[in-house]
Formats: sequence, C-alpha cells, structure tokens
Amino acid sequence: MGEEMTEATGGIDFEDEEASGVVKKFMFVNRKAPYGTIYALEALEVVLISAAFDQDVSLAFLDDGVYQIVKGQHTKAIDVKNFSPTYRALEGYDIEKLYVEKESLDQRGLTEDDLLVDVQVMSSAEMAKMMAEQDVVISF
Amino acid sequence: MLHIVNKSPFENQTLDSCLRVAGNDNGAAILLTEDAVYAASKGNSNESKIKAVMGKVKVYALWPDVEARGMQDRVIEGIKMVDYGGFVDLVAEHSNCQSWL
Amino acid sequence: MKFAIMVNEGVYQHQATDSAFQFAKAAIEKGHEVPRIFFYHDGVYNASSLTEPPQDDRNIVSRWQKLAKEHNIDMVVCIAAALRRGIKESNLAEGFRISGLGQLVEAGIQADRLVVFGD
Repeated sequence: MGEEMTEATGGIDFEDEEASGVVKKFMFVNRKAPYGTIYALEALEVVLISAAFDQDVSLAFLDDGVYQIVKGQHTKAIDVKNFSPTYRALEGYDIEKLYVEKESLDQRGLTEDDLLVDVQVMSSAEMAKMMAEQDVVISF
Repeated sequence: MLHIVNKSPFENQTLDSCLRVAGNDNGAAILLTEDAVYAASKGNSNESKIKAVMGKVKVYALWPDVEARGMQDRVIEGIKMVDYGGFVDLVAEHSNCQSWL
Repeated sequence: MKFAIMVNEGVYQHQATDSAFQFAKAAIEKGHEVPRIFFYHDGVYNASSLTEPPQDDRNIVSRWQKLAKEHNIDMVVCIAAALRRGIKESNLAEGFRISGLGQLVEAGIQADRLVVFGD
C-alpha cells in the first residue's frame, strides 16, 4: 500500500479517489442517549469523518437521541468525556442539517429551547419523508 | 424505504418508533428480524398496531428467526415470511433501507 | 448489485453479527457482490484472533474469514473503535484489516446499498 495511512481518512488518497464526484445523501440516525452507551459518541466520530467526503450529510435525532443535544451536560462527576460541544462544531464542517422529531421531544418534556444547537424540528411524517429521500442511512 | 427492526417490542420502544415514522412512508416495507419477530405472533399486544399499518405498509418477518424462536405456528395473517435470500431481495428492491437499532 | 455491510456488535453477545453473516452469504448466493464489511463499535471484536468458542457451536470469526477469502470481501475494522477495545495488529485475525472511518463512508458511496446490523 503506497498511500499514507491516516486515522481520519483511513488511507484514502483523495487524488485517486474513485468515488470523487459522486454525491450521495447520507443520514446519520441517532436514537440513543449519550453516556449510558458509546453509540452517541462513536456516531459523532463517523459524522465528523463524513465531512471530508463532500457528501450531502444530515443528522436525525429521534427517541432518546434527542438527549444527545440537550444543554447543560456536565460530566466531571462521572469522569467521562463531555462530547456535547462537538455538536456545535458541526457547523464549521458544513454539517448544518440537524433534524429532530417533534414527537420525541414532546414525549420527553423537551422543547427546541432545551437544545444546545440549531435544529429543524419536524413531525414524524416529515421525518419519514426526509428518511425516504436518503441514499445511505447509518444507524448506531 | 425498507425499515428493519430487530428488537423485541417488549424490550424497548423501537418498534413503536418505527411504526410511528414508517407508518407515514408510502410504499414502505417493514421487516421484523431477530427478537422483533415476536411482534409478528398472534395475540401479542402489538398485533393491532401492526395490522393498523398493514394497509399502507408491507410487513415481513424473517422466517429463520421466527422458527428459531418457536413462533412458526402463530404468525399474524398478512405478515409475509422471507428467508435470508428474501431479505436480500427486499434490500435490493427498495431504493434505501434503515435499521432501527 | 453491490452491498456494503456494517456490523456494530461483537461476537456471541448479540445476534447482529450472525444476521450480517447470513445476509452476506445469501447476497453472494444470489449473485450479488459484498465488496466491504465494516466493523464498528463492539463489532471490532469480530476481528479478534483470540476467540475460542465451544466446539459444538459456530465459530463466528473463522466463518467470516472463510467467506471473505472465498469471495474477496474487504473486512475493515475501525482503528479508533479497535484501539478503545484492545484490538490491535498483534491480536487481529487474518483476513481483517484495521483502517479509518473513511472506509465506511467510502463503502456507502461506492455500494448500491448499505445495510447496518447492530443492537
């Protein structure tokens, strides 16, 4: 293998990248709460890498996934990395399509004001439509 | 879109969430695999919810998982059984798929 | 058709990896291609060279190795997830390779379908 192996791109030399030019709609679906399991953190790591590929990326938060983006997460006492600020950094990576299912917020007594990042709140029907339009849906 | 659910409806609300969203998705299909096949058994408390979406959405269950769990004689009518080959066909036929984990 | 597969869970604990295997096998039997399988989260444990399951049960790791070798499947383990969990070159089963998350995104771009198996 002649390429430089980097952790970020997984050894892909973008000059030779076969897939360059193809733009697909990637949706990353987050339905699990943070900290209780690693899925939320490792999902975010995939999202950040996807930024390097110039794809049409969106994030969907449903069910307990909405808890990933609530304000006020202080993790010092559980001694686990607080990764919630990273959601605010997504904008800097041109990842701005964050969709939240209204029903999931309502079930949890949350509103858009409780969230630490700008999102588009939508109904279950709108979410279904959004999902149906994707090329690749990755769940964690 | 093909929606794949693999969690028992009695373990968490994943099936409910899928029905809530996918029930709105015209031309959608739901495939129950692994522990989610319990939702396909007659008389279980999810039967009416599943039957309610069956008009709009095609519901399938993975036969090997149904049989493994001893549910083969009690499948809700209208739920179509598929084997792994059928699972592959479903993924191929739908333009995209989502696993509800 | 090209199917990319993502496996999010480890060996024996969850059925996910079994379902993924049966799906991959069926896809190949139907004449499709499975160019890449990407192992993430606890899925990295599918690449451990140290597993010793009981003789009378399926050997998940060697099953993957055999399928991948026969059908030229690129089995990729995420480096970040692997390091977290103690899967390294020194205990990596043959037929698997450790690489970055970019391989997952690339698989999604290049395949016709990407199917995720997890919990």
